[in-house]
Amino acid sequence: MAELLRGRRIHGGRARAQLLVSGEALSFFGGVDPDTGIVTERGHPLEGRSVAGKVLAFPHGKGSTVGSYSIYRLARQGRGPAAIVNQVCETIVAVGAIIADIPCVDHIDLLRLEDGALAEVDADRGTVEVLDR
Amino acid sequence: MSPTLQLTAEERSMLAGEQGHAVKKSMEILAALGEIYGARRLIPVASVQIAGVSYDNLGEPGLEFLDEMARDGRVRVLTTLNPAGMDVERWRELGIDEAFAGRQQRVLDAFASMGVITTCTCTPYLVGNLPRFGQHLAWSESSAVCFANSVLGARTNREGGPSALAAALTGRTPEHGLHLDEARAPEVTVEVSATLHDETDFGALGVVLAEKIGGRVACLISVGDGAGLEELKMLCASAATYGGTALLHVEGVTPEAGRCAAARVTIADADLVRARAGLSDEVDPDELDFVSIGCPHASLAELARIARALDGKQVKRETWIHLARPLKSVADRAGYTRAIEASGARLACDTCMVVAPLKGRFRALATNSAKCVYYGRNKNGFRVLLRPLEQCLRLATGE
Repeated sequence: MAELLRGRRIHGGRARAQLLVSGEALSFFGGVDPDTGIVTERGHPLEGRSVAGKVLAFPHGKGSTVGSYSIYRLARQGRGPAAIVNQVCETIVAVGAIIADIPCVDHIDLLRLEDGALAEVDADRGTVEVLDR
Repeated sequence: MSPTLQLTAEERSMLAGEQGHAVKKSMEILAALGEIYGARRLIPVASVQIAGVSYDNLGEPGLEFLDEMARDGRVRVLTTLNPAGMDVERWRELGIDEAFAGRQQRVLDAFASMGVITTCTCTPYLVGNLPRFGQHLAWSESSAVCFANSVLGARTNREGGPSALAAALTGRTPEHGLHLDEARAPEVTVEVSATLHDETDFGALGVVLAEKIGGRVACLISVGDGAGLEELKMLCASAATYGGTALLHVEGVTPEAGRCAAARVTIADADLVRARAGLSDEVDPDELDFVSIGCPHASLAELARIARALDGKQVKRETWIHLARPLKSVADRAGYTRAIEASGARLACDTCMVVAPLKGRFRALATNSAKCVYYGRNKNGFRVLLRPLEQCLRLATGE
């Protein structure tokens, strides 16, 4: 059955796509290839997988504030995530989502999200709906 | 909208796009950050310092974003700029290629068209962006943030490039963190029993602070009377680089210092010796091919010392002195430029070794800056030696 999770809007918009879920923080500057969207950080749980077109869920961002520009760059090249879901959104990801115009929601329990499942994000309402596979 | 953040009618108009695209985007950034950090309102800022200027860090997307904002964005307060990836006038002499120079110039043009003063320095307080005690700011550049809070007693959080630009284009920042009294109160008292001899000891002190206090606000006692402008800017740069520190209360320096915390830690000579050792690698004298001074950008007193040390000598290794361009004019008049450049050392304005595209150009670096050690190692892959200024210059001349 579909499950509706309620969080907080960071940047509005809607997206429906497959979930890509990481239990670890993500650095967009140096940790994700800005031209392909593939996670490159060595040893990261998402290493080798692409964030492009996904509902990308991870606890929070980390690393250089230049990461905001990296998110913008991904989106401009059509390799950005369809939506971003965080436990606690911080400055780097929030600013990146805003300037790249990517729907973004936080205060979501990531343990309720299953990697590979289809999800619908309604960032204006701050919700993430996990749909049947 | 979070129930806690209240926007004025003017701010709502900005958010609705009635004052243009760049102002709307800026207000979206500020409102989102305000919500995330639980701010109740936005407050006016007296000045802004913007980081994220080097094309080496921004790339084409960063430049596209700036161009997008520059279409109708205009600063509303005094706004100065961090160093760029090159000396704007002498990039060719410093080995910067033409393609990079062209792209870097476009970044500077975008900032200039928004009314940002392209000071290109990490020491805005040396070139006229000098806030006073209690003023609210939106500064990026971590070393300048720590200096503004700790030495000048102004109030700023550590902003990123886009949030600082957003503050410049609206004249506002969300009121949270270090804008509020409660976040500025010392949580731990640090007794510095170690003797601080020179600027490298102040750099090492920043490293030890990062280890011992983590993210807490510290009150430093017994730092001694030896802490002048140069030592304090080294301390702030190092503490910010290694510990993310934005505010230190230094006894006898910080305007609001006074009430210290009950929790205590001590920093002894042994701590400093260990930290200093960790800030240098084994470097073979033949391997040393780069000497860099001016991180943060050199002060007038440092330029005088450099001129004195290099007068009548010849450097045998590539030696760059980084400084803000206005100080170069003063150095020209004082005769420092002639003494320094006659030795073969170069005054590199507008840039520094942290943000210039230097990876692969040099093998081993001597510097008097602990911050420079961090970026020399991690961004550029150099082996490093941390030595006081005069010793660095003796290494440069091969004495």
